[in-house]
Amino acid sequence: MDRILEVVIAKYNYWIYIVLMMIGLYGVIAKNNLVKKIVGMSIFQTAIILFFISMGMKKGATIPIIIHGQEASVMASDYINPLPHVLMLTAIVVAVSTLGVALALAVKIHKEFDTLEEDEILEKIRKS
Amino acid sequence: MGTEVNSILPLLAVMVSAAVVPILASSRSANVREAWTFVAAFGKVGIVLAMLPHVLRGDKLSFEIAPVFPGVSLAFRVDAMGELFALVSSFLWIVTSAYSIGYMRGLKEHGQTRYYSYFALAMSSTMGVAFSANLLTLYVFYELLSFATYPLVTHHQDEEGRSAGRRYLTYIVGGSIGLVLPAMLVCYGSSQTLDFTPGGILANSGLSRFELGLLLFMFVFGFAKAAIMPFHSWLPAAMVAPTPVSALLHAVAVVKVGVFSILRVLVGIMGFELLSGQALGGILILVASVTIVGASLVALCQDGLKKMLAYSTVGQLSYIVLGASLLSENGLSGGLIHIATHAFGKITLFFCAGAIYVATGKQNISELNGIGRRMPLTMASFLIASMSIIGVPPTAGFLSKWLLITASVDSGRLEGLFVLLLSSLLSAGYLIPVVYRAFFLPQPEGEPTSVVAEWRSPCSIAAMVTSFGCLLMFLSPGLLLGLARKAAELYLGV
Amino acid sequence: MTSHLPALVVTVPLLTAFAAFAAGWLRPKLCFPVGLTGLGITAISSIWLLAEVLEAGTVTYELGRWPAPWGIVYVVDRLNGVVLAAISLCAFIQWISSRASVKSQFSDRIGAFYGLELLFVTGVMGITVTGDAFNLYVLLEIASITAYALIAMGGGRAPLSSLNYVFMGTIGACFYLLGVGYLYIMTGSLNMADLASILQGMRSSQAILVAFVIIIVGVWLKMGFFPLHGWLPNAYTHAPWPATTLIAPLMTKVMAYVMMRLVLFLFGPEYSFGVLGLKDVVVWWASLAVVAGSVIALSQKDLKRMITCIILIEIAYMVGGTFLGNRSGTTGAIFHLVNDVFMTLCVFLAVSSLAFRQRELDMDTMEGLFSEMPFTMGALVTGALSIVGVPPTCGFFSKWLLLKGALEAGHYEFMVALILSSLVCLVLFFRVFEAAYFGHGERSHGHHRMREAPLGMVVPLLVVAIGIVALGLMSGEVISSIIEPALPRGVL
Repeated sequence: MDRILEVVIAKYNYWIYIVLMMIGLYGVIAKNNLVKKIVGMSIFQTAIILFFISMGMKKGATIPIIIHGQEASVMASDYINPLPHVLMLTAIVVAVSTLGVALALAVKIHKEFDTLEEDEILEKIRKS
Repeated sequence: MGTEVNSILPLLAVMVSAAVVPILASSRSANVREAWTFVAAFGKVGIVLAMLPHVLRGDKLSFEIAPVFPGVSLAFRVDAMGELFALVSSFLWIVTSAYSIGYMRGLKEHGQTRYYSYFALAMSSTMGVAFSANLLTLYVFYELLSFATYPLVTHHQDEEGRSAGRRYLTYIVGGSIGLVLPAMLVCYGSSQTLDFTPGGILANSGLSRFELGLLLFMFVFGFAKAAIMPFHSWLPAAMVAPTPVSALLHAVAVVKVGVFSILRVLVGIMGFELLSGQALGGILILVASVTIVGASLVALCQDGLKKMLAYSTVGQLSYIVLGASLLSENGLSGGLIHIATHAFGKITLFFCAGAIYVATGKQNISELNGIGRRMPLTMASFLIASMSIIGVPPTAGFLSKWLLITASVDSGRLEGLFVLLLSSLLSAGYLIPVVYRAFFLPQPEGEPTSVVAEWRSPCSIAAMVTSFGCLLMFLSPGLLLGLARKAAELYLGV
Repeated sequence: MTSHLPALVVTVPLLTAFAAFAAGWLRPKLCFPVGLTGLGITAISSIWLLAEVLEAGTVTYELGRWPAPWGIVYVVDRLNGVVLAAISLCAFIQWISSRASVKSQFSDRIGAFYGLELLFVTGVMGITVTGDAFNLYVLLEIASITAYALIAMGGGRAPLSSLNYVFMGTIGACFYLLGVGYLYIMTGSLNMADLASILQGMRSSQAILVAFVIIIVGVWLKMGFFPLHGWLPNAYTHAPWPATTLIAPLMTKVMAYVMMRLVLFLFGPEYSFGVLGLKDVVVWWASLAVVAGSVIALSQKDLKRMITCIILIEIAYMVGGTFLGNRSGTTGAIFHLVNDVFMTLCVFLAVSSLAFRQRELDMDTMEGLFSEMPFTMGALVTGALSIVGVPPTCGFFSKWLLLKGALEAGHYEFMVALILSSLVCLVLFFRVFEAAYFGHGERSHGHHRMREAPLGMVVPLLVVAIGIVALGLMSGEVISSIIEPALPRGVL
């Protein structure tokens, strides 16, 4: 029991991301309303973004901005890893674009079927 | 044993009919179209004949199309076996083309351009099989033949055609993809080549008797065009095709491709030595015998003339397999010669059946009373061809039967002898009654008694030509025997 | 100029996309020629690049002159060289062929549609040429998002099918991203070659194992590998024809390339095939997927849906072939990838031509099609024979290699699955051909005037059909000079 608690507390960030991911996945799979599914998908993507960001973190480090003129005395362990942040800028763009497309599709679906509940839409399709 | 000469002739022989197809397909005039068919047919025979002297000397003309896998390429090699088969089928194409004109025009059939085009493609594929240097090339042309003949079998585009076509494809393509392809792979896997080699390629493969037997079965039944029972039922079903199709393809090209492929596998891939060493000949004799006797018995019960001839073909094809399974020189020669003699005999019978249909519309044996008086020359051809199928002199069929009987006795396989004699009797049983009815029974009341103008009918003339061929082959068998001997020499080292 | 070829194959379609968008506003008539030029240049560049690779070996291109492993590099070796050539040719031919169809359906949004198509091509080209794991994710999403939009442009059920594709596709890509994240934590690198060498020393790490599994599952989701295929039939069926003919031959095959790249080069054959004995399980599962795909395809009544479901079978071949773990199997899988691009293109173009001329693609209205549209049907027959695996079409030769690989590896169930699915495909296509060939009564003998699709649709189609046969006859060359040397040394 102690060992498990140790592991959970030591790596609490990873556990948070896993929980977020599962919430997101649950939303996509289990929810009926299309917008809720989209929200779930967005949560899933965001959890992964957070995961990446946390991997750049270092104990006692500061933001990775170097003051002009002090490049020679830079020690890597003083600055958090900027690479994951940069990668995630791109990933955020991707997530936002996907979100935009998904919402646009939801609007179109609503225009066509007058509802955003998946079971009702499937019912309408089956009837036609 | 003769040199291997690089030559483009095999490729030309195969391509000459394929090349004609665009011309056929776009011809406005039916006569131009037919003329081009003849050009291609004569061209093909000419090229095949041009290769004959080389083959008789023992040289092999070869041509590589494309290397595809390490150790295997798409290639042609013309040897005595292939040349014999090619000669028979290309010559008979000329005759069949003449016959087709009479038949298709006489019945005012639709889709004649499509018919002639696919016929030409089918002949290309047949030549391709005859001249294949290895099992892969043979497989390629075997498959092409299956698909090229589908539109011919289903020509009438009616319900019967649909179900016949389905059965055709199921047995033939199902057999080739389902059985032959894996078997080929196993052979390639064991020996890194698929070339037809004297003595076969599996001698050092380390395959057990069981595995070799399994391979043998996969090949024999996989090449479903050979119509070995129980994979034979596509053949009677395919009789819904127009008679020239039944005649050339299902008496000569398609079915002979089937047995030819089996022969190639037996001599060139597995090898007689390996087969006799593993005592696999006996099983093959059994399979062939069952088909021979079974098919002949079914033929006895048929009323439809073409159906009866179809079952007769099933039985006769297995003569060839039986000959090869005796695993001897005479057996192989007998089988090879039977390819030629049966082809001429059976095609004559089909020609006669079609001629009768065009002239009188009759299809059943029971309706044929007295037809000999109206179509004497046609029925005389029928008689000669029947004698050839039964195997009595002075017809060609006697030649092959004699060789097969000798081979059976020599190898001590008296069951083979028994089967051959029994099937001769059965053949007589289903063929002679037709002749009897035609000549010796009076016509039914109320039927026209005028003599049909046979000399003006290409159908009857074609039948007469091929029946003459049956007689000719008996009287002057030199070429046939020469080719068969050469083939045996090549593959059995005799 | 030629030293920039690896970058050109991505930037040219990208810039052309914007040119097409602009042309859509200013002069819509220019959209088609602009795209045609761009795709033509891309195709020529890819083929040139392949020739360079064959002559001089792997080509590396550092973007912005940042050296690896800090910068993003584009690496072209024989494997992605041949895939690049195949997909750019495919896109070029499809562009020409779909002109009439696009004009009739999207004339009011032509700039948008063509721009999206070009962006999609950018994405797939980029996925193939990149040598950086994260860059692959970015380009993957470019391709996917444009695909979502293209699919949704068909009316009716298309937006819903696309939305389902959005959900599943995003989850798949996110799995991939998560796996890359794991790899980054463990190795500190994102460059594929660098990762490969670092990972060699980390075989026993659990994090790497998890990364491997997550990445592969994500890629499988994007590929449509059973049972992660749920999005595929609906998305491709409801999409408008010009979109389907572009996306269907390319998207799943490029993802299959990604899987091969990861399994063979990034993680390496020893790891991928040795870890957890996964190799045999995957082949068994692939055999199941082949059978499942065949059953699904058999139960379809609509022609477009049927050919879409055949993609499931082809993808399963590639997964199984890769995980057989021997030279024949892997060679077969790679060759099958190249072949499948063209086979799928041929079949989809042919059916789209049929759909263009006939309003309904119902089995009842297909009578007499052989006389009405002989060239289209001829090409469809060629494509069908290639899918079944009849020589001398290319499909036979890749199937032969897959069968040989299965035989050598002792995976008889995969052999059985391959042969069974070939026969099922034969049945599938002959149902269609029978409907077109046989009639009911008088109609079948009536003389049908030839009413072919427009030349712009038929000519590219015939080129592809002839190409399928030519590729088959040249398979010896292709395999020995391009594919065999492309395999890493660890594959026995």
